[in-house]
Amino acid sequence: MNAKRKGALLDPLFNDNPIAAQVLGICSALAVTTKLETSVVMSLAVIAVLSLSNLTVSLIRNLIPPSIRIIVQLTIIASLVIVTDQILQAFVYDISKQLSVFVGLIITNCIVMGRAEAYAMQNPPFESLLDGLGNGFGYSLILIVVGFLRELIGAGKFFGYQVLPLVSDGGWYQPNGLMVLAPGAFFLIGIFIWALRTWKPELQED
Amino acid sequence: MRQYSNAYVIGFATAVCLVCSIVVSTSAVVLRDRQDRNKVLDRQTQVLVVAGLLEEGQKTGADEVERLFEDNIQMRVVDLETGEYDDSVDAAAYDQRKASKDPATSRAAPANNAGITRLPSRALVYQRVADDQVQSLILPVEGKGLWSTLYGYIALAPDTTTIEGITFYEHGETPGLGGEVDNPSWKSLWVGRQAYDENWQPAVEVIKGLAGPVAEDPYRVDGISGATLTARGVSDLVRFWLGENGFQPYLSGFRAERSAS
Repeated sequence: MNAKRKGALLDPLFNDNPIAAQVLGICSALAVTTKLETSVVMSLAVIAVLSLSNLTVSLIRNLIPPSIRIIVQLTIIASLVIVTDQILQAFVYDISKQLSVFVGLIITNCIVMGRAEAYAMQNPPFESLLDGLGNGFGYSLILIVVGFLRELIGAGKFFGYQVLPLVSDGGWYQPNGLMVLAPGAFFLIGIFIWALRTWKPELQED
Repeated sequence: MRQYSNAYVIGFATAVCLVCSIVVSTSAVVLRDRQDRNKVLDRQTQVLVVAGLLEEGQKTGADEVERLFEDNIQMRVVDLETGEYDDSVDAAAYDQRKASKDPATSRAAPANNAGITRLPSRALVYQRVADDQVQSLILPVEGKGLWSTLYGYIALAPDTTTIEGITFYEHGETPGLGGEVDNPSWKSLWVGRQAYDENWQPAVEVIKGLAGPVAEDPYRVDGISGATLTARGVSDLVRFWLGENGFQPYLSGFRAERSAS
């Protein structure tokens, strides 16, 4: 694998993480991370949509007339999102109910269109696919870390299993209700961004 | 940069739309059977949960749900106006939502606060049966919240007034605000409250703020903060379905029959 391909896949994990460095996709990151299970399914959905949309846009990038490129990208992304939503409803109905509108809102997730416009329009298909996967993984990394912490701290659970016995059930752990609410995700993502920018000072803006 | 003719742009846009619509409709058609089965299973699960046979959020296989439903739940079609059972219709195949859209099996609803425009002539009632006795009545309810129509079930004890549970299986309220009608801890606040007052008028309501414990404050349920309108919708729809245009004729018939036996 040459350096460019490696960069396309690995940079979005830390160096150019879509949530922590580009601060995109915050809305869904707050909404679906109350539990690890929904975080994981949402991550998979975003990875699928992002890599396929990057691939498709890149395949036809030389055919797209510039005057309608944004709407063409949106049409492709919207179709992929609907298909993803249909698949979720068919195979993991419970989770798709919990994710409710947020799967549909992948369409408006800035990461997806941002990558189509900024990367897939200029780069060949394979690199674009890797870039899509990489950004999907970068998004998932944050989602899963935040989902893990929110579920653990907010409900004492890991993947729905009680790992910290709650006071209300005769245990010792008093759950932190803040973590279940959206502000909890703000704090966690904020701390994550802070930690990342301390570790990699080149990410800091002046 | 290359120049594109108008014809090319329009042709390209058409081609993209065509391909995308084929992909989308194929996926919808291919997956419909599975999705429909999931919806039926989900409804059965909700009925089982509200009847207290399954625990909220418990992971249960599809076969287990079907078995539990088969063993414990009896479906009956009820004529809403007379309140009597109507066995001329196959309960398992009866689709109340479809029936309320068909002019032949529904009528325009009288003025109400629940946002209900058409009322089916028959409704599907679930009964939890054990030892040949009806242990609880599970009634379908629906009505407007803030954004959407909420569909759900309310379970009543055989005295027809003590609420055993409530659940909403489909709605489009704001997640985190009105969507909290799904929240198990809020739903548990309904359990044990009284649906009707001493004169058998629908009395239960969702208030703003906190209601007292069940024994002291039997007709009121805590509001949901940030969801005043959804909560008002829930009050209105529950009262509508408990009222004279809803299940009241059926429930008084049920009571009469029960005290006679």
